Amino acid sequence: MSLADPIDLPPEEPRWRVFWRRYRRNKAAVLGLVLLGCVVLLAAVAGLYEPVDPLRRAGPPLTWPFQTWDTPLGTDQLGRDILAGILHGARISLLIGVVATVISIAIGVVIGALAGYFGGWVDDVLMRVTEAFQTVPSFVLLLALVAILGSSIENIVLAIGIVSWTAPARLSRAEFMSLRRREFVEAVRNLGVGHTAIIFREILPNALPPIVIYASVIMALAILLESALAFLGLGDPNYASWGNMIGQGRAVLRTAWFVSAIPGFAIVLTVLSFSLLGEGLNEVLNPRQKKT
Amino acid sequence: MSEAPILEIEDLRVALPEGSDRPLALDGLSLTVNRGEILCLVGESGSGKSLAAGAVMRLLPEPSVRMTDGRIRLEGQDLATLSEREIRQLRGNRMAMIFQEPMTALNPQKTVGWQIDEVLRLHTSLGRKARAARTLEMLEQVHIPDPRSAMNAYPHQVSGGQRQRVMIAMALAMDPRLIIADEPTTALDVTTQLQILRLIRELQESHGSGVLFITHDFGVVAEIADRVAVLRRGELVEQGTADEILNRPQHPYTRALIAAVPDLTPPAPRSFDGAPTVLKAEGMRKTFRARGGIFGGRRKAVVAVDQVSFDLRRGETLGIVGESGSGKTTVARCITRLLDADGGRVTLDGRDILSASGGDLRAMRADIQMVFQDPMASLNPRKRVVDLIAQGPIVHGTPPRAAREQARELLRLVELSPAAADRYPHEFSGGQRQRIGIARALALEPKVIVADEPVSALDVSVQAQVLRLLADLRKRLELSLLFVTHDLRVAAQLCDRVAVMEKGRVVETGVTAELFANPQHAYTRKLLASVPGRDWTPPQIREDAA
Repeated sequence: MSLADPIDLPPEEPRWRVFWRRYRRNKAAVLGLVLLGCVVLLAAVAGLYEPVDPLRRAGPPLTWPFQTWDTPLGTDQLGRDILAGILHGARISLLIGVVATVISIAIGVVIGALAGYFGGWVDDVLMRVTEAFQTVPSFVLLLALVAILGSSIENIVLAIGIVSWTAPARLSRAEFMSLRRREFVEAVRNLGVGHTAIIFREILPNALPPIVIYASVIMALAILLESALAFLGLGDPNYASWGNMIGQGRAVLRTAWFVSAIPGFAIVLTVLSFSLLGEGLNEVLNPRQKKT
Repeated sequence: MSEAPILEIEDLRVALPEGSDRPLALDGLSLTVNRGEILCLVGESGSGKSLAAGAVMRLLPEPSVRMTDGRIRLEGQDLATLSEREIRQLRGNRMAMIFQEPMTALNPQKTVGWQIDEVLRLHTSLGRKARAARTLEMLEQVHIPDPRSAMNAYPHQVSGGQRQRVMIAMALAMDPRLIIADEPTTALDVTTQLQILRLIRELQESHGSGVLFITHDFGVVAEIADRVAVLRRGELVEQGTADEILNRPQHPYTRALIAAVPDLTPPAPRSFDGAPTVLKAEGMRKTFRARGGIFGGRRKAVVAVDQVSFDLRRGETLGIVGESGSGKTTVARCITRLLDADGGRVTLDGRDILSASGGDLRAMRADIQMVFQDPMASLNPRKRVVDLIAQGPIVHGTPPRAAREQARELLRLVELSPAAADRYPHEFSGGQRQRIGIARALALEPKVIVADEPVSALDVSVQAQVLRLLADLRKRLELSLLFVTHDLRVAAQLCDRVAVMEKGRVVETGVTAELFANPQHAYTRKLLASVPGRDWTPPQIREDAA
């Protein structure tokens, strides 16, 4: 009954290999990854297909798709190439998705971490603020922010980040509340480690998995929010975003439905890819939940 | 006797899912439980003893864990041939189970009386009044004080020991032939444990049932068993009468297990006459204020630590023993400043810890370190072992490279291979993890180590190794140890002096050997009298057997 020598332990599998093995188990998640890869590819080749300006006139207005090689997916009522719009729109959508998510997660994690870790009046104050944000419908708040800040792309991204931090804040607060009582946190307190290091170095890595999974949901939501803004004509007119394209196509919806339908389809696929990705991450990061 | 034994298990095999540490949880287990007999199934964690109970009750987590071979007969009737429906009629009726944790095994939403009544409702056609009478009778049989009001109480309103009594009343309501008790006293305090063991024995004798009693504790075995079966990694290594197994074990594994049980007789005391006092506590107090919510109602404030004083000299080990709720852990946490005490003084080498703050407190933390109870929960799962150990010195200003170098040395000191340094905690067994926890505490070269139940989560053989390591380290490094434990056997072997706590107060302090031989306070006497198997002295077995 001697102690098993740690040398006998099975050799460590590289972490990414373990990740991939678990991720692969969910076929839908793999599909999500493939779709996301396609969107990234679209964004990457945008400059090759249309190096000058996606908003320039490329052919006669309202050309149907598959009529001419110059504009494979047709043109809108101003004669702009829809395929060029889709490609460049992918860049804008990904940019908005990533940056807005980073902003909302950053705000949410800091507020949730402080509230959950310190508890007491800190928690009370921060959670009342969070509730104040939650009671206002997020789209109404977004409209108000964009109306105040102006509808440049930077402001839109910032505004989306500001309206969507409440859920990650609640999530990380819950994680921190349960983790701060754990013995390993007490053990490092006992070593003399300060609060900041405990929050960010000890607890945060353990609290991160559910937050990362939720980030994919926020990413999808951010893309939808931007599209909705653009549909209402509040998008940044200097960029070809998918929402802008749908918003402008609305006027000719009955005669040339493809002007709205094609960017709409792109949005559906992108949002779907993010939510499938989230499911896959759930499998990787919370393997215990779904074990058969 | 011509009648069939109550339970016969023949060549039982239970398969584990793929990727487990072994293919079969139980491999060819054969047992019999006769009428009016208590058979103790003993084994360490992971030996498959609980799965044996699950197989009999057909409560295995199928299909991943399933019975692949063998025969289980209850009074001659083969259970494998029964349908799910017929098995359900047997459960709770002719065979019943008592679980380890009565709080989770009882439904918190229903009253105690309702839950006993449910058993009767399922298995009898008695009317409401008759069932109520039977319920009351059962509660009387398990000696619950004021059974009438207990019937209407919810599980959280009665104490842990009484909850276990309720579980027993439920199990016995139908007068079952077979009672399976799966570690029924592990979650209980020693004094309560003894009462429950006596109750099981008494009821088993009056009902004439057979009991399959699953435990890991040889003290409990000595207390209650008629016959003993020892299980190791799914294989039965030895069985026999209690006297044979406890006093003349044959198989090397049994001998090693029994050799690991700490003796209740303390060794001769060591002398600390010239040694300076390192840690001194005077009049320490801590009250937990009840924080009532809107619906919480008003609860009383709990005095967890009340005027506790003691001193600890260099190289000495002071044991703080007591039952759960006695405040021993609160004392440990106040001294290490994980909790803030309400009053009193604690001085470490003449400096006051309780009033230190900021930088002073941080500097003092290096001198007083802690080893925690649960070695899994106290190590951050996302850090490598070397970083866990080096963290303290790095925080206190050692250059990271030197600290990691030192961490690898410490691994050798706690008898782990230096190859362990780059692994994560989950790759280690419980005992190995506790060694990592000890290495972390040693990394700051503290003067005092506070150990809060450091071995109670470990199996007995691992426990013995960790205790030996602690004893060895304190001698080599002249460590002072404040050792919090509920286990008097462990305290007897490791502690030089013992402070006995009851309800937040220290009722008696003394040199271990004297205190054990001649306890002064009534509570100390009661504690000592409740240690399971106190009349059994583990036989001295030569080391070559292990």
